[in-house]
Amino acid sequence: MATMTDPLDPIVVAKDFPLLNRRDRERPLVYLDSAASSQHPSAVLDAMDRYYETTHANVHRGVYALAEEATTQFEAARTNVGRFVNAPRPATEIIFTKNATEAINLVAQSWGRRFMKAGDAILLTIMEHHANLVPWQMLAAEKGLELRYLDVDDSGYLDLSNLDRLMNGTKLVGITLTSNVLGTIVDQDRGLPAIIEAARSAGAVVLADGSQYVPHSPTDVRALGCDFLAFTGHKMLGPTGIGVLWGREDRLDAMPPFLGGGEMISDVRLDGFTPTELPWKFEAGTPPIAEAIGLSAAVDYLRGIGMERVRAHERELCAYAIRTLGARYGGDLRIFGPTDPDARSGVLSLALDDVHPHDVAQVLDEAGVCVRAGHHCAKPLMRRLGVAATARASVYVYNTEADIDALADALEAAASLFARH
Amino acid sequence: MAGLEDLYREIILDHYRSPRNRGELPSPPAHRSEGFNPLCGDEVVVHLLVEDGAVADIKIGGQGCSISQSSASLMSAAVKGKPVTQARALIRSFKAMMSIHEASLGNDGDGEGGEAGGTDEDDAAGGTVSIEDMGELAALQGVVKFPVRIKCATLPWNTLAQGLNEAEAGEQA
Repeated sequence: MATMTDPLDPIVVAKDFPLLNRRDRERPLVYLDSAASSQHPSAVLDAMDRYYETTHANVHRGVYALAEEATTQFEAARTNVGRFVNAPRPATEIIFTKNATEAINLVAQSWGRRFMKAGDAILLTIMEHHANLVPWQMLAAEKGLELRYLDVDDSGYLDLSNLDRLMNGTKLVGITLTSNVLGTIVDQDRGLPAIIEAARSAGAVVLADGSQYVPHSPTDVRALGCDFLAFTGHKMLGPTGIGVLWGREDRLDAMPPFLGGGEMISDVRLDGFTPTELPWKFEAGTPPIAEAIGLSAAVDYLRGIGMERVRAHERELCAYAIRTLGARYGGDLRIFGPTDPDARSGVLSLALDDVHPHDVAQVLDEAGVCVRAGHHCAKPLMRRLGVAATARASVYVYNTEADIDALADALEAAASLFARH
Repeated sequence: MAGLEDLYREIILDHYRSPRNRGELPSPPAHRSEGFNPLCGDEVVVHLLVEDGAVADIKIGGQGCSISQSSASLMSAAVKGKPVTQARALIRSFKAMMSIHEASLGNDGDGEGGEAGGTDEDDAAGGTVSIEDMGELAALQGVVKFPVRIKCATLPWNTLAQGLNEAEAGEQA
């Protein structure tokens, strides 16, 4: 019997995912786009079905037993997700949102509007997803804030040489824990402590975008040391339509509500309202109840595998991919980001000679290999890398070395089809 | 299910590997227009010299996928030396050939492809060209089976339409 110390067996894991049994054109599906959205184990689908079939009612409203049960399950999901990231107060510090994007917008619109003033600076990195750029650009335009950026070096690591200068006058730092293009990891073991320490000295709060990190690594908000952590359900085996904001309780307490409506109030009069307490203060309207229960089941599933094993599996697969693709294509295939598997996630952005990524992805699709082609919602980084787009393969718990081999074979078909003579 | 051979016809690959009429024209007198697909970063630059109601010369710049670049190359070869009315008829016909899916996807007029749409309304006069008479351009017909790539194929044509409108407006001014 396998134990938690054995390596994860992706072939066994994949059996839990109904969609991965799909055959396209008589070929098995090679799903290498989990960084965009992951697939779902039966445990998640069943939990949501069971909720709808047996327990659904609106939460926090009815006094009848059914509504009570729905509320209990919903709040248990919150606590469970909070524990997954080692939140000190999971019952109050976990805010359910629509996605990570909304979680970041919540901080920008609530914390940013209340605590930032003209002339203050926001420090971001050039490798942020648009979700951690545009909300701050909107806020900066509204309030007259200055936007600053940490650059990446040619190896794909953050350039922290100007950190102290950039931090001077900065009130908020927004940083991804893993680049969705380069795979570069920034966490407590990889560069984050210097940023947190500089932010503390400058009196700045730190928002971490964990969308590409929480699904793939053991996550501990206490070890990370950030003030806010945003992540999303559908990249960690959960459903779409649910994201999470974790925030330090004192920060969240000091913030005004984000969206207004039902659920987030303790009283409403004709001349105004009084917001309710955490976490519901930030959850206007009927929340994504089934989605929260689905996400909780996803968290249970990942915990069952063990996040250390998830990380180890992806690290090995990433190392195998870099070895395999490097051996077969050498200089004809550019892999962006760090070459050290310890420093990166299982996201591989590729550029094949001068073959356009859309053409690469099209030929790969013919072989049943699903990769993402485009700018990956990171256009400033694309410009920095000097490319309009890349083809991106990304791995998760159900991917195997055979999937990487299929990718390598399909790339050969693309290379030969588009070779310019 | 459409196969790759429907999309990447030999003519298309040939025009991608050896694009015709690549380059620039001095502007003025030529007119320069740019089309951009923000989704994939494809870019087509059309340099257009309109003289005496005809496309006296055309050069293509930009970068992108095989479909957008081969479509631009095929387009340049098809309209070079032709009267503007014929060029417009070709634009209409080409977009019609591509529109089967585009219409159903509701992809028109959302600001992509350089905002160069609206040729149908602009050109009440002038005819269209049947697919049989479109020559090498018909090779791009297979693109409609790959809906996400239709925009790649129409990008150069939208850019040309925009260029023709601006060039003619400039001539009249």
